[in-house]
Amino acid sequence: MDNKRRKILKIAAATAAVSFTGLPIETFASYLPKIGKYVKSDKEKKAKQWGMVIDTRKFKTKEDFEKVIEACHSIHNVPEDIPNKKQEIKWIWEEEFTHAFPDQENPFLAERYEHKDVIVLCNHCQHPPCVRVCPTKATFKREDGIVMMDFHRCIGCRYCMAACPYGSRSFNFRDPAPFVKDKNPKFPTRMRGVVEKCLFCYERLEEGKQPACVEASNGAIIFGDILDPNSEIRKVLRENYTIVRKPELGTEPCVFYII
Amino acid sequence: MYDKEKIIPGLIIFFFVLTFPFWYNLGQAAYKTPEPKLPVNVKKCIEDTKWMRANHMEMLNEWRDMVVRHDMTHYVNSAGKNYEISLQKTCMKCHTSKKEFCDKCHVKVSVSPYCWDCHVAPEEVTNGQ
Repeated sequence: MDNKRRKILKIAAATAAVSFTGLPIETFASYLPKIGKYVKSDKEKKAKQWGMVIDTRKFKTKEDFEKVIEACHSIHNVPEDIPNKKQEIKWIWEEEFTHAFPDQENPFLAERYEHKDVIVLCNHCQHPPCVRVCPTKATFKREDGIVMMDFHRCIGCRYCMAACPYGSRSFNFRDPAPFVKDKNPKFPTRMRGVVEKCLFCYERLEEGKQPACVEASNGAIIFGDILDPNSEIRKVLRENYTIVRKPELGTEPCVFYII
Repeated sequence: MYDKEKIIPGLIIFFFVLTFPFWYNLGQAAYKTPEPKLPVNVKKCIEDTKWMRANHMEMLNEWRDMVVRHDMTHYVNSAGKNYEISLQKTCMKCHTSKKEFCDKCHVKVSVSPYCWDCHVAPEEVTNGQ
């Protein structure tokens, strides 16, 4: 009897010792076919928190907006011209100033702002409410601050859409494939029943490029690390008065607007 | 035995149904291992062909998680060669046809992975080539 108890205690101690070594579970799971190893891209741009400054003064004509939207939507296979307006998919789009910034509205707002359009997209918040509510961790915050979507894992519950105060997320009510005109063979499409949004062009950052909208904007959008005090974006933020969307909610958006 | 005249025909019917797949397939062509079309100008896959045949599904799952969730964008194979992790950009660069490669086995063994619900398959060359 005593002998048995001693044996059990020994096994328990050994198990505890192994689990406290801090080795990841993969070390013991020999059934996983591990023969290669994974590395990061050496061209990848790194940051603590990617952010964006949008100079609304430089968006004047309809064309200025369209070329930025087109640049994004064409490379990310975003479906266009879905007949039902309520089902449309948007990654980056134009919004009336007073709708984008409801807290800035007043009855005597300067005329040039009253019907002004601004470009809006996912804010990649520092405290993203969508990430908090996602039950499957399909949306999560990356190390570089991008609020990422894992389309493989999205179950289409749309909690994130309810949580996002900026309407940055769109739901695929139908199969989007027939509405994608020229599919970009380098980027996936989505299927019915998943949520999608702007991903700050993580796939372009990996290649060392700027996001597509930044490239297409001719300097009207500035992109960079907002936690790096020496970055260009911080210089722009120091020198210009900027506002963010709905700051009272405490989500700390990383997309800033020069008005 | 009671109810002999019911039990014995019952048993005969039962065994007939049980062995039905064997009767049904009798005289039909035997199972042939599908032969997916391998790339012509590339000799070596990311790992050994035999290993890939057995483990590509686990590997693709792992690739997907690594690139989407852990920001590990490149895979260094057992020979030390570096590959970008991408189904569309890396795998399908050599395996240029989904129909001639993926589907060949998947259809035969009736598995339907949902890769291509979202991922864009390379355009099939249909003009008899």
